[in-house]
Amino acid sequence: MPTFYERKQIVTPGDLLAENDYMAGDNTYKENGKIYATRVGLVDYDNRRVSVVALKAFYIPYIGDLVIGKVTDVTLGVWLIDINAPYPAVLRASDALNRPFKPQRDELSSIFDVGDVVIAEIVAYDRTRDPLLTVSDLGLGKVKRGQIIEVTPTKIPRVIGRQGSMITMLKQETGCQITVGQNGVILVSGKSLEDEQLAIRAIRKIEEEAHTSGLTDRITEMIKNEKRGVEHV
Amino acid sequence: MSKKKTEKLIDKKGIRIDGRELNKLRPIKLEVGVLDNANGSAYIEQGKNKILAGVYGPKEVHPKHLAISDRALLRCRYHMAPFSVQERKSPAPSRREVEISKVIKEALEPAIFAEYYPRTSIELFIEVLQADGGTRCASLTAASLALADAGIPMRDLVAACAAGKVDGHLVLDLNDVEDKEGEADLPLALIPSLNAVTLLQMDGKATLEEFEQLVNMAVEGCKQIHKLQKEALKAKYITVKEEPKE
Repeated sequence: MPTFYERKQIVTPGDLLAENDYMAGDNTYKENGKIYATRVGLVDYDNRRVSVVALKAFYIPYIGDLVIGKVTDVTLGVWLIDINAPYPAVLRASDALNRPFKPQRDELSSIFDVGDVVIAEIVAYDRTRDPLLTVSDLGLGKVKRGQIIEVTPTKIPRVIGRQGSMITMLKQETGCQITVGQNGVILVSGKSLEDEQLAIRAIRKIEEEAHTSGLTDRITEMIKNEKRGVEHV
Repeated sequence: MSKKKTEKLIDKKGIRIDGRELNKLRPIKLEVGVLDNANGSAYIEQGKNKILAGVYGPKEVHPKHLAISDRALLRCRYHMAPFSVQERKSPAPSRREVEISKVIKEALEPAIFAEYYPRTSIELFIEVLQADGGTRCASLTAASLALADAGIPMRDLVAACAAGKVDGHLVLDLNDVEDKEGEADLPLALIPSLNAVTLLQMDGKATLEEFEQLVNMAVEGCKQIHKLQKEALKAKYITVKEEPKE
């Protein structure tokens, strides 16, 4: 049961990762007892499971995920929302209204119009249907202020950190409200433009160095240094 | 007449018109991620060939009735720029371009996990900027890199290479003159890890033994190209890999 790469080594699709007793994890497939990579990424061996942390991927909806999307269409009874996935997401009018939708009374574009940015949660999705969203929960709904940045969805776990350590630190140090969508869209809103820009620089740094260890400490240091720099001026 | 050609295309030492030996590939340059607006892209220079490939998707299918309910639809457009050949080529798709689009699509499909993304389309655009023989193979090589760069899960990269018969000699990776003046041309695409051939065409004449030799030569060529593809793909991400000193 040999393995052919070391942890965190870069692999490309078709690279043979392991044989026999291993299980195929994320971004790998098994054929004739051999496990191959399916995406460009860094290998990870965890006990018997071989997986690849993809360096580039797109978002696939998952029930319960918080996502940030943009309204692309208002139709009779539903909004269509672009959540950076291969499928357009659907938000029902009755969900946003919290009561049955009456076309003669309710004007949908006065609630969410084309171009509005919405924080929502995925309530239903499978292979046969487009993802269904909800906004009827605390913290969900239309985005009124702040800045939007996008990162590769595979790097979102790093932005959040283990048990939210990274995101908690970011909020504390920059004083910004940060909402992380699992689809790779992040909303940053702070008291001043400088605060927001600092948070964005930190997130960009996390994105670049997502695969390295001790990242939370380095980011903390970077933010503290930059803040000191601002105070001197 | 044929004797004249013998002296013209391959000399007594077995050196070809562009200075290569019989079983040598043209110099190949591969670059991944060259376009910002496409989800994935690649550029190839193989000899005098210059080809760009761009990938969008997976995304919604338009028009909707083309969507397949259990897998993604791969759409491919191979196109030659009007300035890609000596005599201006009409930009309208020709019979030949439609055919090449089809065979490239069919050569790449077995390598893609299309069943992961039902009801979507993956769009592949190949633009030949300069053509010098063997563009369908070079296009395939670039296209599979562009797909991998777009983050589309694949069984393996697809490598493609041609072999052929020129002046009675079996040669690898024909250029434009050899393709036009030679006796036979056999493009082949390979999925190396599965050892599967996904494209095999041939025009011209060769005996059964020669055919077998040509297939083997082309497979060897594909394996060499496959190595270059992997390197090119890693080269784009290598800066990401290096861990900063603490």
